[in-house]
Order: sequence, then C-alpha cells, then structure tokens
Amino acid sequence: MKKILSLLLVLLTLMLPLVSCHGSAGMQQFTVPEEFDTSRTYEITFWAKNDTNLRQVEVYKKAIADFEALYPNIKVNMRLYTDYGRIYNDVITNIATNTTPNVCITYPDHIATYMSGTNTVVQLDELMTDEKYGLGGSEVRFDGPTMDEIVPKFLEECIIDSSYYALPYMRSTEACYINKTYVERLGYTLPEVLTWDFVWEVSEAALEKGEDGKYKVNGQEIMIPFIYKSTDNMMISMLRQLDAGYSTDEGDILIFNDTTKDLLFEISTHAGTRAFSTFKISSYPGNFLNAGQCIFAIDSTAGATWMGSDAPNNDIHETSIVEFETEVMMIPQFDTENPKMISQGPSICIFNKDDPQEVLASWLFTQFMLTNDVQLGYSDTEGYLPVTTKVLDSEEFTEYMSLIGTDDEEHYAVKLEAKQILIDNLENTFVTPVFNGSASLRDAAGQLIENVTKSMRRKETVDEGYMEDLFHDINALHRLDQLGASTVGQKAELGKMPTASVVLLSAIGGAWVIIVIYVAVNLLKKRKK
Amino acid sequence: MKKILSVILVLVMALSMLALVACEKKPAETDAPEVETPDVKSEGVMTYAEYAAAELDTAVVVETYVQATQSWWDNQIVAYTQDKDGAYFAYNMACSEEDAAKLVPGTKIKITGYKGEYNGEVEILDATFEFVNDGKTYIAEPVDATAWLGTDELIKHQNELAIFKGMTVKAIEFKNGEPGDDIYVTLSKDGADYSFCVERYLTGPETEVYAAVSALQAGDVVDVTGFIYWYIDVNTHITAVTAAK
Repeated sequence: MKKILSLLLVLLTLMLPLVSCHGSAGMQQFTVPEEFDTSRTYEITFWAKNDTNLRQVEVYKKAIADFEALYPNIKVNMRLYTDYGRIYNDVITNIATNTTPNVCITYPDHIATYMSGTNTVVQLDELMTDEKYGLGGSEVRFDGPTMDEIVPKFLEECIIDSSYYALPYMRSTEACYINKTYVERLGYTLPEVLTWDFVWEVSEAALEKGEDGKYKVNGQEIMIPFIYKSTDNMMISMLRQLDAGYSTDEGDILIFNDTTKDLLFEISTHAGTRAFSTFKISSYPGNFLNAGQCIFAIDSTAGATWMGSDAPNNDIHETSIVEFETEVMMIPQFDTENPKMISQGPSICIFNKDDPQEVLASWLFTQFMLTNDVQLGYSDTEGYLPVTTKVLDSEEFTEYMSLIGTDDEEHYAVKLEAKQILIDNLENTFVTPVFNGSASLRDAAGQLIENVTKSMRRKETVDEGYMEDLFHDINALHRLDQLGASTVGQKAELGKMPTASVVLLSAIGGAWVIIVIYVAVNLLKKRKK
Repeated sequence: MKKILSVILVLVMALSMLALVACEKKPAETDAPEVETPDVKSEGVMTYAEYAAAELDTAVVVETYVQATQSWWDNQIVAYTQDKDGAYFAYNMACSEEDAAKLVPGTKIKITGYKGEYNGEVEILDATFEFVNDGKTYIAEPVDATAWLGTDELIKHQNELAIFKGMTVKAIEFKNGEPGDDIYVTLSKDGADYSFCVERYLTGPETEVYAAVSALQAGDVVDVTGFIYWYIDVNTHITAVTAAK
C-alpha cells in the first residue's frame, strides 16, 4: 500500500511542472544589493534599435567597449533591430520562456505590455536614487547624469503606474519637411506656423496637370503632394490639437468619436484625389520629397538626414534627386497659438533576472548610455535630441548647434533645424497615456487613416455607414473593447487552457479520486475486521 | 486490489501520453503528384495576363503556386508565388501559423486581394488565401534573365525565379555592418552595376546561401539565382549562389 501511495505521489510530482508551464510564474521583485560583487563576471544582453544607420551601430559598439573597459567583469552582447515592432514581438515571446534580454531599447507603450508579467520589468525608483549605484551614485565608475540632470519632461514619460520603468535614451518629435521651391512655384508663401488647411490647399493645387499629362509643378508623371510617415501619430496629433478624445489615463478608449470621424472624412477627401498618401501605401516620404514628387513630407526629426536635395543619407538613385530648397517646420496645427506635437523616441528598460547582481550590472550599463559621449554621439547621427541637460547645456552641444549648415554631414542644416524644433517646443510636446493595450490603441489610430486612404484609392464609398463599420472592425481587430478592465501589472487573460494541460489536470484529479477511494475502502475493511 | 490499482494507473498514464502526442501531432505531409494536366483557372480567377493588365488598387483573384515564403510573423506571411505564366508577390498575406507551415514550395493556393505597388514592386496587398486541393503542384525552374539586365524586358518578369550568370561581385555590405541582418550585394555585368539582396526573412543567417554570400569577395564571378524583386530599381532576392560555370 505504502509503495503504491509513494508511486502516486511521485507521479503527481512529475506531472505538476508540466501543467504549470501555462503562463509565466512571475519573478521576485528586485531589490538593490548592498554591494556590486566585482569578484564575479556577468554577461548581459542588450537589444538595440538603429534606423538602418551604421553610424548608430558604431556608437552602440563604442559605448559597449568603453563600458566594458570601466567594468571588465561585465560583458555586453548586443543584438540589433531596425524595427521597434520586431523588438516588441521578440520580447513578448521571450517573456513566456524567461529569456528576455537584460537591457532593451523600447517604447513606454510596449513596456506597459511587458509589465503584464509579474515583476518582469525592473522598477527603477530605488535604483535611480541609490546612494552608491544610482544616478550620479558614489560607486559609479563614470560621470553620468544625476536625476536632476535628465530633462524632467522626458523622465516623466517613463513613469508607468506611478513608478519609473525606463530611462529616456533619445527624444524626437515629428517635423514637416517641405519643398519650399514648389510651394512658391504654386503661388503660395509658407506661413509662420503651418496649418492643416494650408497643407490641404497647396496639396490639391499641386495636382494640376499639363496637356502632356504630367504634373505642372514638377513636370513629372508622379506627384504625391502630402505623405505622412506615421499615421498613428497623425491621428493622435490631430486629436490632441483639437482636444478630442483618444483615451483616458486609466485606459478607457475614447477614440471612436465624432471628431475622429470628421477628421477621417477630411483625410478621405484628399486621399481620393491622391493629394495625400501614407508611408505604408506609398513608401518613405523622403524618397518622394528628394525626387521632387512630394511637397509636404512628415516624418520623425530622427529621419532628418534622409530629407532634402543634399541629404547625407539617400535611398534613391542619385540621378532621381531634384534640386530644391528645403524648409523644416513643425507639423501642421489647428490652433497656431497653441501648437502641439508628439514627443517620441527610444527609452531603455531593464528586465528582471533571478540574480540581483546581474540586474545591477544591467542598470550600470543603462546608466552609461546617458553619459555625455554616448548621448552626443548618438544624437549626432540623426535629428535626435539628447535627454540630459548635462549635454544640452554643455559648451560642446552649443557649439555643435551653432555650426548649422557649415557642412552636409555632421552639421547638415535640415538635421539641426529638426533638432531645434524640439528644443524650441519642449513645452508643446505631449505623450499619450500608457497602459496595457495602449500599443494596440496606437496601431488602431493609424489603421483608421490607412483604411480610409486605401478605400478611397480603391473607389469604395466612404460615408456614415462605412465609418460605423470601420469603427466596429478596428475596435474588434485590436480588441480595444476588452482593454477597459486591464491595467498595468495585472495578469492578461491567458485564453483557453491547452488540451495537454486539461488532460494532465484531469489525470491528476482522477489519480486523487482513486487514492481517496482506496484509502476509504481500506478503512472500511479495517473496521469490519 | 493492488493489481487493479496498478492497471488503472498505467492506463491513466498511457491515456495522458496518448493525448499529449495527439496534441502535438503535426499535419500529415501530402505526396502531391506532378502537374500533368493543363493548368485551368477556376471560375472568377484571373489569368496572369489579366492580373498583369489589372489597374493598381483593384481587386484581384489568382491561383498560383508557392515558391518560397518569408518567415511568418504576426499572423501574416510574405509569399513568392508563381505559375507557368508569371509571378505574384503576396505581401503580408493573412495567415495563421498553422497554415504557414503548409505553404511549402509547390503548394497551390488561391489568393484574393488588391493589386498594389510599393517602390516599384507590384504586389498583392491585404490578401487572404485558401489552399486549392486539386492535387497539382508546380515548382518553377529559374529562367535565365542575364540578357534582360538593363533592358525593359526584366520588369516584365518581376517576381519570377531567375538566374543571372557570370556576374562579378563588386561589393558585399551587411545591413547593420555585421552578419545577422540583410546583405546588400552589388554585382556587375558588362560594366553596369545591379543591386541584389539576401533578405533575412527569406534566407536568414542559418541558411547556406547566407553563408555563401557572406563569404564572397570582390572580383568573384558567380551565377546567382533569386526572385526578381523590385525596390526602386531591380533588387533581386537571392536564393542561391554558385561559382560561375
């Protein structure tokens, strides 16, 4: 009897781990170690993002080499991505198997989703203020920024659920890169602040064709006057400028409203005439701008080095590039007295591990990415802005900005003008609320514009009924109606349990029933005796 | 009693294992026969000529055969497909992971979507597909496109599997400066340069072709096979490379 019971218990013990594989078990909350154990070696992985820009890769490599020289016991392995979406997807996959990277470039929207696993992402509050290893800490081996030396607005963007879960790495906004030559050729003068009405009007005017069937303004067969790279941002910015609903801080979805509908009708009008298109439909705005086939190209300030006749980076054949004067302006506004533009750019988060020393090593590397050399080096590759006042107020940065236009590489005018837009408008930037599902809402915002634009190109009818269906479909596709109850830190619904788990649980239940029956029968037998 | 209990336990375990095996069982592979009969299109399905003539942004329906796919991601797949008359590139076609595993070369599918163009690449967008289980398969032989380089003929064969012979390697450049991502390859022929690409999601770092291209040196003369993809200009996605014969 004892042997059988023992056997059953062994079987149950063996089966339990199989069942418990469904979903991550979660991790212990990280606490800062008293001391960093330098007698040990650590190997950490860093998932980085670059904009298909090899100079950025070089900055990362140099940062890693410099850091490893300071901390010979920490080895940093880098994996490069050129797409935030791929990083997000890979992280999600790796959370389930506890194989997340140690340090990762990411967006706060994505972090909110990562946080649906218990203690998956390291809360940084204690680390940041730790006397020894915190920002500007006494035991840190490099001259990093203190907490006060990070631009407060950028640091605030890393607060999720009242705590810091990331450090800002670089910041950018969007800019409108304009073929000023063509605007003036069409008889218009650029206003001090660009408005949506102006952009639509000029864009429609640019569609006039000559008798040869070519567009009058450029003498070519192709002209897409207005191209927006990120339609997510387009819808979000338009709604924010109009103080219309998008979402609450708690994650209630407000985007399906009349203002959104009105905006979509306006956009559809210009999509129908082909005055407007998007990156997803037509390709990079910069390619068309540089070929003289686009007048208003809206893209990140981080893409400034690809914009203009003399751009240091180029994706099209040299013979296709057209000479024109490039003007860089803030994105179009509805209220020119009260401009609003998005704040975006990469942040860095740290993933929790069983070994607190490994997490501390990751934190030291994360902090190192905010040192002046790294910040200056990376921001110089594009129209990014460094995130620390330690850099922004430095003589080096001031001198760098003063040399605007002196060359078409380091001081390329369009790049530095794009940076200046963000510097001048720090108080006019905004971010959207971050919650578990905010990344889906962002996708949905862009898809509304993409769908309307495609539908008009495909000569579908875009009317009230269409909008009703569109709202319903996008809501369902992105499961936005299921987001309300889900907040950061709560477990996401894991879905139906796999058949294997159901079978094993049933087997365990069955085994227990047999044990109970067996014990009961034995007891009855004993009583009878 | 002990015997009964042991038997019950063995049965429970056996059933559990059987259920597990059943859960993980992969779909049976089909031994599809060779194409023998003429490739007649189903009703409502375009011929390649009709597809080629269709305007951009119009709805298209084609029956075609998978030649290769890029890695499945986010319930979408990119498929290089071809029939005996021409090729169709399906971009981010809706596809479950389970179905993606069945899109092996030769598989016949019916694609419904919209014809679009992106940077010169003509493709089927917003597509869905269904398997056509009529027993037919087709794997294209690479067409020799060497003579079409630099001519208007090349674009007429967009997306087809082709071979370019006697190409001289001019430059090999890794997208991120090191192996792991796409490889940009510049090959020259008769004094003109042409862009080729090892697309990471089609032939990743684990593939033979990725390793072979990585090892190429300027001046090597090679025969290159690939799909005639377009990115602004011709930008063939390489699937094989050998020393020129």
